[in-house]
Amino acid sequence: AIAGRGKVHYLPYYLPCPEIFSMKLQYTEEKLIQLFPQLFYQQPRVLAPKRQDVLTVTPWLAPIVWEGTFDPEILDSAYKPLNLTIGVTAFAVGKYTRFVRRFLESAERHFMRGYRVNYYIFTDSPEAIPQARLQAGRSLVAVPIQKYSSWQEISMRRMEAINQHVAQVSHREVQYLFCLDIDMVFHNPWGPETLGDMVAAIHPGYFESPRSQLPYERRSSSAAFIPEGEGDFYYGGAVFGGLVRKVYEFTRNCHMTILADKANGIMAAWQEESHLNRHFLTHKPSKLLSPEYIWDDRKPKPPEIRLIRFSTVKKNYKEVRN
Amino acid sequence: RQDVLVLTPWLAPIVWEGTFNRDILNAQYVQKDLVTGLVAFAVEKYWFFIEGFMRSANKYFLAGHQVNFYLFTDNPGKIPHLQMAPENHVFVIPVQNDSRWQDISTSRMDIISTYTHSQFQYEVDYLYSMDIHVQLLAHIGVEIIDALVATISSWQVTPQHENKAYEAPPESQAASPEGQGDFYYTASFYGGSVSEVYKLTRACSQGLVEDREHGVEPRRSDESHLNQYLLHHKPTRLLSPEYYWDTEL
Repeated sequence: AIAGRGKVHYLPYYLPCPEIFSMKLQYTEEKLIQLFPQLFYQQPRVLAPKRQDVLTVTPWLAPIVWEGTFDPEILDSAYKPLNLTIGVTAFAVGKYTRFVRRFLESAERHFMRGYRVNYYIFTDSPEAIPQARLQAGRSLVAVPIQKYSSWQEISMRRMEAINQHVAQVSHREVQYLFCLDIDMVFHNPWGPETLGDMVAAIHPGYFESPRSQLPYERRSSSAAFIPEGEGDFYYGGAVFGGLVRKVYEFTRNCHMTILADKANGIMAAWQEESHLNRHFLTHKPSKLLSPEYIWDDRKPKPPEIRLIRFSTVKKNYKEVRN
Repeated sequence: RQDVLVLTPWLAPIVWEGTFNRDILNAQYVQKDLVTGLVAFAVEKYWFFIEGFMRSANKYFLAGHQVNFYLFTDNPGKIPHLQMAPENHVFVIPVQNDSRWQDISTSRMDIISTYTHSQFQYEVDYLYSMDIHVQLLAHIGVEIIDALVATISSWQVTPQHENKAYEAPPESQAASPEGQGDFYYTASFYGGSVSEVYKLTRACSQGLVEDREHGVEPRRSDESHLNQYLLHHKPTRLLSPEYYWDTEL
């Protein structure tokens, strides 16, 4: 038995990207004790499921968060006393800085209300980041990053950048970290029901599709390859998160598989999203967010989606990707 | 499963047949190299149940994974020879019927908490307590492994008992005010990580001591304290009544 696992060690890997891989990190895992103060609410009924129209638990017993499955009050009463700080990373590179204002304004209204939040906006033009009015306990930092030549490269380098930033900064400042796309807006509450060790979101375009139609990388020469007959869900690259050390491990793994592909001259079908899906197949998330948390406004809303919490902003892709 | 609740309002899964794939869970469990302990008490006449319990548990409890069975008994001599799977180990721990306690069921919490602190935490990662007068009839596998796990009492799914809440008299430490209570959990099968089980058994044991000092004896006392604890420290996973069915109903 390996009882009482405490220390987390961040080891260096020497691969063609010296910046992140020569980083050595050590910190002891802090144990979060959950005590629930007294609350009065309706008794849950064993024989009366809340949602019968959708799957609410995965085959590996991870909850899938839908409206109706959780009680926000119970969760708030458990999480608020822990004095957590939640981190959010978002990348606003090139023309994508135009999305920052709406992202922040809507996050201030809907994202983790009542909790401490640190926004980390990664950008090549920090001066273009608007000075948004934030509530108490919430802060914004512009993280300068390099702009790459193609939008695919920018997208894929996110894993590296997040990983590096966790190692240098955010592991000391936050307990949970969410990595979100910037060209999106919050429309409804996003609260502690989303917190978990490793959290992924079900892509809105494919939650009804059979396994064979999921757009995994299907070329066996890619490190993101998922063969026919395998796959649980198709997760969206626009939303993932979890405990900061889990996000560190996850982004490191994705970046390594991306590098392996680069060495072989191949780019996965949906860039880092393909690598994310490969990773989550073998290292299953401990919690899934329903497409309520990662919606695409171009899609018509089916009855199963009772609430849209976070969704894309309408844009001209060709124009904004330059 | 569309006929039952599979997720609590605090997003802990409720494990029913049909909700999980044991192969996926086994693959995850094996990656982590874990050891699980199972505690059972065979005191006084209950030595009779040891053979049946151990034979079925050896076959069905976390089959294929390393399990340490801790058998507390006041009658070590009466334990028959047990043929165990190679990955399982049996530890017989002699106990005395402590004069402090009315009966063994109230001292179980105390014993488990003491031994968890002094011994089990160094030997296992997860620890479960089960009543001995049962036989496992089907596989109980790694779907039970989580930080703090409780089993919904079969009372709750029996129609005439659906309104059953707590039986503890109000003066007892374990009394619950009207309007509280999620599920009624059975004390016959619970567990979790060693640290969580230690906290739970210690809290219940202390509550029982205080009850006794005030001359209060709630019926099925350890179960009342278990439920009170779990009301304020919500389980991270619930097992459906499939995991412990009380045939006395």
